Amino acid sequence: MTSLVESRPTQAEAEAVLEVRDLRVHFDVPTGRLPAVDGVDLTLRKGEILALVGESGSGKSALSMSLVGLNRGPRTHVSGSVSFRGRELVGASERELRTVRGKEVAVVFQDALAALNPLHRAGTQVAETIRAHADVPRATAASRAVELLGEVGIAGPERASRAYPHQLSGGMRQRVMIAMGLANDPAVLIADEPTTALDVTIQAQVLALLKRVQRDHGTSVLLITHDLGVVAEVADRVAVMYAGRIVEQGTRDEVLFRPQHPYTMGLLGSVPPLEGPVPERLPAIAGSPPSGIERPNGCGFSPRCAFAHDACGERPELRRRHGGAGHLDACVLPEAIRAVRSAG
Amino acid sequence: MSEMLLSARGLRVEYPSRAGGRVRALRDVDLDIARGETLGLVGESGCGKSTLGRALLRVVEPSAGRIEFLGADLTRLRGRRLRRTRAELQMVFQDPFGSLNPRRRIADIVAEPLLRSRGASRAEADRAVSELLDLVGLGAEAGDRKPHEFSGGQRQRIGIARALASSPQFVVADEAVSALDVSIQAQVLNLLSDLVRDRGLTMLFISHDLGVVRNIADRVAVMYLGQIIEVASRDDFFAGPAHPYSQALLSSVPVLRPGPAREQQPLEGELPDPADPPEGCLFRTRCPFATDDCRARRPELREIAPGRSVRCHLPLLPSE
Repeated sequence: MTSLVESRPTQAEAEAVLEVRDLRVHFDVPTGRLPAVDGVDLTLRKGEILALVGESGSGKSALSMSLVGLNRGPRTHVSGSVSFRGRELVGASERELRTVRGKEVAVVFQDALAALNPLHRAGTQVAETIRAHADVPRATAASRAVELLGEVGIAGPERASRAYPHQLSGGMRQRVMIAMGLANDPAVLIADEPTTALDVTIQAQVLALLKRVQRDHGTSVLLITHDLGVVAEVADRVAVMYAGRIVEQGTRDEVLFRPQHPYTMGLLGSVPPLEGPVPERLPAIAGSPPSGIERPNGCGFSPRCAFAHDACGERPELRRRHGGAGHLDACVLPEAIRAVRSAG
Repeated sequence: MSEMLLSARGLRVEYPSRAGGRVRALRDVDLDIARGETLGLVGESGCGKSTLGRALLRVVEPSAGRIEFLGADLTRLRGRRLRRTRAELQMVFQDPFGSLNPRRRIADIVAEPLLRSRGASRAEADRAVSELLDLVGLGAEAGDRKPHEFSGGQRQRIGIARALASSPQFVVADEAVSALDVSIQAQVLNLLSDLVRDRGLTMLFISHDLGVVRNIADRVAVMYLGQIIEVASRDDFFAGPAHPYSQALLSSVPVLRPGPAREQQPLEGELPDPADPPEGCLFRTRCPFATDDCRARRPELREIAPGRSVRCHLPLLPSE
């Protein structure tokens, strides 16, 4: 942990809005205990878009849900620390959490149809989000809701505010979700795969909206996604997650274009390129991610890694090894081997 | 161009609309697929690309049009001839969970098209299934297991083995890799490319993912609101689409590119209601270049260069 602190510029340290330290989220499943999130350190800085990237089962959604206590229950075990502007959220009461969630930290989910109440009009749902945290008259909240729907790029916000969720398109529903997220001008917006269900032309509109929110309101955005193209388009910094742990973290350019961890390299190589030469075969990663409760003792990626050796049997620390000051990775491979790998 | 394996002319599919009228899901589609090629069919939700794939296999019945395949009109085949022809036409589905019967052994699932359409004996089928499971990288021993014992990527391999069992000439892959994680998607794409090459398959590869299409298709066809609006070779298309919608679609895809992220102009508005399409060009309500002419006349799909057709009065000249 100390290496993390040392490697980060002190100025950035002061700007942290959300600090995650050694977060663990374990689920009781019929076969035992699933370590969905297995010791994660992460800092979200003021006004940045931080992308959390990973494939199914990497733990990225379990992590994002746990940040504001959204996955609680007898079968869920959360430990570690999530600090929002100095307030500890892990172990906080539901009442305390409610003062933060939806107000200072808002969450936007992938599936807007499931997240919206089908029985209430879009405008009413946005207005209720405002009234949950501010003592304003119904009429004031309603007109603010229409304004918000306009701000998120809905044409004819008056009409949309009177529509029920099923009467809106997928792109419109996702905008309503984002309007609800922005209703109380949050410091942090957690967006979990917000564009995954959308067509690319609508995705482009929603991504442009997220960037505008970040720029105009100084909102910090934690964007959870599996899509590396989306990351390249909007992220300032990137954290890559595999088997419950962060394996690499740095600026967008560092992680996407000077990757250090073999998993990041493999992931980037698997994306069918939209430009440049078309490869004869895509350099796929062999095998599949761990799905059950069994996890290797050391590096979680070592069973699929072409460069795994004896040293990978111990859990690698996420720290600065070869890259810039904030470029961290969790791979013990010597630099010479990685150079061969990334050139290859 | 080389010999056509399949040619559709004036293919139309209609569904009853909620309002009581008819919604046209396919608007008189013409399409030629050459023997041995992979044609990528792209477009957004509701454009009709899946309907087209299904209509070509007569999984949905067209209400008008012809499909020439191996010297016959597929839309007129009945009974035994239809069953025999169906062995030549197979499909790989998107959903590796919903498309495999959970109660059946993998060997039975894969053998089914062989037994049903080719009239193979049980022994022949068993031998073929073992070979197929090896071919798709699962190993013959997978045959005794059931679908739930496999991951999404493995199930997609099972779906591919099933599609190949009757040794078809034509395969429709409908979003066949879309549900897979990117590291697994690359494995399955590589497998599909190998099979197409080694077995001389002709494939209609339906996908919303232009990166995937660029890496597997020889040619590209784009659909919008039930029409094909552009057909081009893969290289021509990705060098610069000729239809304004194709261009908007391509420029909307986020690209992994170093340097500052581009400030793009997203396409405005949403898809028109297919039950109430615009007059004239179907894309004109969202097109930045639309003129009065585009409202007055609906454009035809016309050839603007060898092997390149576009349905637009004012096609964009491919930039050099």
